[in-house]
Amino acid sequence: MAILKHGALQPNDWLTVAGDAALPEGKPVVISLDRWLKERETLAGRNAPLGLRFKSDQSPVTVADDLERFSLIVLEFPKFTDGRGYSQARILRQRLGYTGELRATGNVLRDQYLFMDRCGIDSVELTDEANVAGFLESLGEFSIWYQPAADKRPTVLSLRHAEPQDRAGASAVVRESVAANWAY
Amino acid sequence: MYRYDEFDATFVAERVKQFRGQVARRLAGELTEDEFRPLRLQNGLYLQLHAYMLRIAVPYGVLSSKKMRKLAFIARRYDKGFGHFTTRQNIQFNWPHLDEIPDILEHLAEVEMHAIQTSGNCIRNTTADHFAGVAPDEIEDPRLWAEIIRQWSTLHPEFAFLPRKFKIAVTGASHDRAAVKFHDIGLKMVKNDAGEIGFEVIVGGGMGRTPAIGPTIRSFLPKQHLLSYLEAILRVYNLLGRRDNLYKARIKILVTATGTQEFARLVEEEWNRIKDGVLTLPEAEVARIQDYFTPPAYETLPAISTELETAKRGDAIFARWVRANTHAHKVDGYSIVTVSLKPEGGAPGDASADQMDLIADLADEYSFGEVRVTHHQNLVLPNVRKQDLDALWQRLAAVRLANPNVGFLTDIIACPGLDYCNLANARSIPIAQRLSRRFNDFQRLEEIGELRLNISGCINACGHHHAGNIGILGVDKQGEEFYQITLGGSSKDDSSIGKIIGPAFAIDQVADAVETIVNVYLEKRAGADERFLETYRRIGLEPFKEKLYGNSQARRPAAE
Amino acid sequence: MTVQIVTANRLRDGAVVYLTTARTWSEVFAESLPLRDEAEANAALEATKADVKARKIVGPYLAEVEETPDGIQPNSARERIRASRLPTITPDVGSWTHRIEG
Repeated sequence: MAILKHGALQPNDWLTVAGDAALPEGKPVVISLDRWLKERETLAGRNAPLGLRFKSDQSPVTVADDLERFSLIVLEFPKFTDGRGYSQARILRQRLGYTGELRATGNVLRDQYLFMDRCGIDSVELTDEANVAGFLESLGEFSIWYQPAADKRPTVLSLRHAEPQDRAGASAVVRESVAANWAY
Repeated sequence: MYRYDEFDATFVAERVKQFRGQVARRLAGELTEDEFRPLRLQNGLYLQLHAYMLRIAVPYGVLSSKKMRKLAFIARRYDKGFGHFTTRQNIQFNWPHLDEIPDILEHLAEVEMHAIQTSGNCIRNTTADHFAGVAPDEIEDPRLWAEIIRQWSTLHPEFAFLPRKFKIAVTGASHDRAAVKFHDIGLKMVKNDAGEIGFEVIVGGGMGRTPAIGPTIRSFLPKQHLLSYLEAILRVYNLLGRRDNLYKARIKILVTATGTQEFARLVEEEWNRIKDGVLTLPEAEVARIQDYFTPPAYETLPAISTELETAKRGDAIFARWVRANTHAHKVDGYSIVTVSLKPEGGAPGDASADQMDLIADLADEYSFGEVRVTHHQNLVLPNVRKQDLDALWQRLAAVRLANPNVGFLTDIIACPGLDYCNLANARSIPIAQRLSRRFNDFQRLEEIGELRLNISGCINACGHHHAGNIGILGVDKQGEEFYQITLGGSSKDDSSIGKIIGPAFAIDQVADAVETIVNVYLEKRAGADERFLETYRRIGLEPFKEKLYGNSQARRPAAE
Repeated sequence: MTVQIVTANRLRDGAVVYLTTARTWSEVFAESLPLRDEAEANAALEATKADVKARKIVGPYLAEVEETPDGIQPNSARERIRASRLPTITPDVGSWTHRIEG
């Protein structure tokens, strides 16, 4: 499964370790929230990067104090109709101040990519059949965003009441570089 | 009314382009139906019994003559020459083709309309009092706030995949005409002791399988906190609403399961984290939108119009229409006119393309170009001079839009039912047709007085039968249509949910049953001033049950 | 013995269609292929997946019908209304255009 991150395809460096299976030495691994809560002490000393994986019904607040330990947090979208991950993402970014990589996995379709991006998700795990070009296209489908979210896109509100030169400038920044939106 | 600025116009154009791409991908096989369904629903497109159905948003029920003419055009060009106005102030077309939908949306965009989020598990059209801005009992015009909510909720990235649909209603009057207690969030504008105007916030009302009257979770919310508070409610719902059972996924289930107090606490806790932040409404934006709702240039007229009084004296039928279909206006010399879309033998809420065009003309001539849609499936011309009522009435009567039945028994609310809808168990429109023919005597209608009759073709209750003084619910018994009757519902300030009266009736028995119920009321009422609902609340179900099912007449077989 | 037919909606315009003997899709109920055997019915339904994939139809399902001397008939209100391909409200299907006189 390839990763689409900030508009570029990259290989997945992370190994997701299911259940309580042994963790390979020195490799970036993703473990479940349950495992972290059970083995927190032992894992605290781990040198290699650690990632945490949340089910859609689990609360990020449970690890509020440990967030700096995880350079990757993975949010599961078991069905694309399960929209809890969007709130989980915003809570991680905006309430808990998480600055590491936030990734979506599961039933992820291009038509949700913009919503995910707006909620603070950096990367998505793609299936082999996924149309990468389609994903990227979907990010550019809108240049107007009505409400603030976890991203830096200027909302209609801010543009309407900005000074004329700021208004034009802000829109130009957005159109020029989609990557500008990923500065959390 | 609100007009799009460059941002709104760009947005709608981008949305049309996006959906055009999604339809193309569907037709090319790149999207399965399962993947396409939520996308088309979020653009208001259903697949119904005979065809697709497109539900177009009419934000808080407000239309201009220009928009109405475009709807007439769409009815003619892409549909079978008519449209249906709904219980959420929207309009539906029943026969569009999938591959033509993007073109229809493009036409709509030309007049600042769309079909965004009129379906799907997202925030739907925010409805408002259909007498907004013109009613004498108004504290503040709710349309401004409905527009603010509309923009905030449009393509909200966090709330595009809620557990279930989400409906918000706003009222700004002391009498609630928007049924706010039957919505997922109801907002009632109120004045506090300091004389400030804010919102009473009601959460967890609804229809469907488990009808509920929403409890108040906050008695006063200052205006600038509206969006942050709504966001807190939606976030709590998005995270905690049930995802395992479609029939238990509405917020009303969450509120009941959690308990009102605890639910309110969860909301307040989340709200306290996010209030006073980016969602606080800036004065400048409120003022900008408020400008669009400036009252029109009313003339200074006497409260009493001698022309009107003379016309009423000269024509009893006209006088009857004035009594039933007009309502007091806050400005002297003006009147609020309800255009009845309930002609005898008609399908409630339907209007032909010709009628739509005529109403657009009448709006221009008599109502500063504005028309409203009510959740009772009628239309409103909100600003008619009293001296013009006679001329207006004649134009309406010529095209069967002047049935003097607003608020009466034949002002029926009916969902499309099994004639159109995939979800229905039974037809509702033929029931409405039979009742409107049976009760076509206007003197009798006036004698009976205020009586709300609502028909739903299935338990999803799109006809709001739970809130009907008389409610009729279509049920399926071994593939055949039967009808359960409820009594005592109300969607007004005295909200209540109707009670089932007994075993269901066959389609041929329904009109007789309603007549029996009406006769019991007329017999038992404490005087001509006691409305049906009041009589029912005083005497209960028994007297009605006895006459409907009792031994005094030979029992006809009815389904259990 | 229950008789069943396969019915669906056409993707492009949502019209009600029926699987015919020739394994094509017709708008006419009377042209439906009657399936008298459970296994045969399931197989016929399964085979329509190809038509779903080919974007001809959506949501195919098996519907029970009644056998009468005049041929098969729909046996529920829902299927009767679908077979008629129009709402039951007459005469002009809600179009009020011709009612506007003068």
